[in-house]
Amino acid sequence: MADAILQVEGLVKHFDVRASKGLRVVHRTVQAVSDVSFTIGSGQTVGVVGESGSGKTTVGRCLLRLIEPTAGSVKFKGQELVGLEAKRLRELRRDMQIVFQDPYASLDPRRTVQDAIIEPFEIQKIKGDHVKKVADLLELVGLSPDHARRFPHEFSGGQRQRIGIARALALNPSLIVLDEPVSALDVSIQAGVINLLQDLQQELKLSYLFIAHDLSVVRHISEVVAVMYLGKIMEIGPAEELYLQPRHPYTQALLSAIPEPDPIVERDRQRILLQGDVPSPINPPSGCRFRTRCPIAKDICAEEEPALVTRGSGHPVACHFAEVMPVKVSASSASSTPTGAAL
Amino acid sequence: MVADAGREVVLSLRDFRVTFNTLLGPVQAVRGVDLDVHAGEIVGVVGESGSGKSVTFLGLMGLLPKSAAISGSATVRGTELVGATRKQMRSVRGKRVAMIFQDPLSALNPTHRIGNQIVEMIRAHQDMSKSAAMTRAIELLDMVGIPQPDQRARQYPHEFSGGMRQRVMIAMAIANDPEVLIADEPTTALDVTVQAQILEVLQRIQRELGSAIVLITHDLGVVARVADRVQVMYAGRPVERASVHDVFAHSVHPYTQGLMASLPSTAGERLLPIPGSPPNMLHPPSGCAFAPRCVHAQPKCTDGAPPALALVGTNETACVRAHELESEVIAGG
Repeated sequence: MADAILQVEGLVKHFDVRASKGLRVVHRTVQAVSDVSFTIGSGQTVGVVGESGSGKTTVGRCLLRLIEPTAGSVKFKGQELVGLEAKRLRELRRDMQIVFQDPYASLDPRRTVQDAIIEPFEIQKIKGDHVKKVADLLELVGLSPDHARRFPHEFSGGQRQRIGIARALALNPSLIVLDEPVSALDVSIQAGVINLLQDLQQELKLSYLFIAHDLSVVRHISEVVAVMYLGKIMEIGPAEELYLQPRHPYTQALLSAIPEPDPIVERDRQRILLQGDVPSPINPPSGCRFRTRCPIAKDICAEEEPALVTRGSGHPVACHFAEVMPVKVSASSASSTPTGAAL
Repeated sequence: MVADAGREVVLSLRDFRVTFNTLLGPVQAVRGVDLDVHAGEIVGVVGESGSGKSVTFLGLMGLLPKSAAISGSATVRGTELVGATRKQMRSVRGKRVAMIFQDPLSALNPTHRIGNQIVEMIRAHQDMSKSAAMTRAIELLDMVGIPQPDQRARQYPHEFSGGMRQRVMIAMAIANDPEVLIADEPTTALDVTVQAQILEVLQRIQRELGSAIVLITHDLGVVARVADRVQVMYAGRPVERASVHDVFAHSVHPYTQGLMASLPSTAGERLLPIPGSPPNMLHPPSGCAFAPRCVHAQPKCTDGAPPALALVGTNETACVRAHELESEVIAGG
């Protein structure tokens, strides 16, 4: 792997919330992210998948310190970001940007596209021919330079997301956090934005943290995938290995729950149906956080938290039984040979 | 299980149209939908935002604002819904045709206990005592897989998780044994593991109660899993209709093919997006609405009225070049 551009070590984020219990107000702690560590190599895409409440978005925001981490270390190009003074942080943020999920909410409706893309230069007090730069950026993301004078409402969702990407690229960053960048888009439009992200990565040597709940999109774009559940990484490894041979029971269930767009595979498939819902991060289960829904949980799972380490061969998994568990080959491997496998 | 011709048609749409009168002019959201839904089958209605898939069914349920002008025909076992009075609609809605929505929280009353809301639904259509209706409500909650249904019936909507709320919505929808259940993006707001549970519940209802289900969704994976037949919509009209196997194995319409090609595949090849964006329904293009984005389009595609569905091989397709394209595919191997 190439040199690490970002190293996250033991990242923790707790939110204090006030809950009412009858007439009393009690203070509680939401453990949104608990002890998350991973590395993004230069030019690499790391995907983070998980269901709502898994902490994937909080991780992304902690990296840019849009949210202050409670504990842990985030090193960007060797420089520690946690505790860094505001002035130095602002300089470093030139080099790391974020694209948000909702292309309608992330653009100011009263400012033209040009104003929106120039704003990063103003904030960073960078001088130069910004109008020319805006035209170049719009062209880079597949829009016309004529679009610069228009307002956000004149664009479709896919075009707006391209504007959001242009804005993120304005300061030539080397790392972009993509927080569900395509989940608000229709599939025919989504494909174009994914292709654009891949082209830009090639051309500009970008590194991505790609956060999404759509597992097939994450698989398509990522080299390394981390699976999160209730604030913890359950399994992390090379995308293909993780999808074809998931070793954590949660990853296996998650992969078996994605509906494949292929009726033959779908109807033939052995599905692991999880019972119940994700527990509250205010009061997560003891030991392994997944044990309350795990089909193979034993007593030890409630007592001892499994560490995220390489067990036997392969990639790191946080499960006591990863070694003894039979490796389930997910149905998605069958679908790469569309008709033959299930007939 | 593909519905055969011998099965009874429960819901039938003919030239169904919905036009919204706006300040900018009429927006033709639905421009002539034909569809037969048979007893005991799940029909998947697929399309992207603005394709008219939801508006069609909100329209036939009489759930659209007054600015919507509805024409054509929508019948439930012979009962015409287009032009029905409010009183007639009330006797159909929730009794003969029931609907569940994407967001169950906004469809439940936050100030009433779950059990009472189901009781209200039952007693609106059936002459039943409160206690008998409550017994039935608890049975229904049990049927949709809610644990400890007698205790849960006494709780309020905020005490339920998203997946559990959607189960409650399904319980309410099937309370009066509807002939048709319309599910509008029922799992879009849910996580995949919970989505799998809800799809399982819908399939069980189809099997055990023999209900006809219309599943409106943008997710082709969901359709592949549960639907028997699929109708693909674009710009307010059906463009392709066939059994789920025929749609996925050999779609004929270029739009359907485009949708399939835009999905991320496991092999990691480059994705093939559909160029352009859907038309503005204030001024829909003449002829085939997909022509401006279609790689196979020819001048004749934009002439005259939009093409109607016609059988090409196993699939009904609304494409004037369908036969030519079909033979090109065969010739090309």
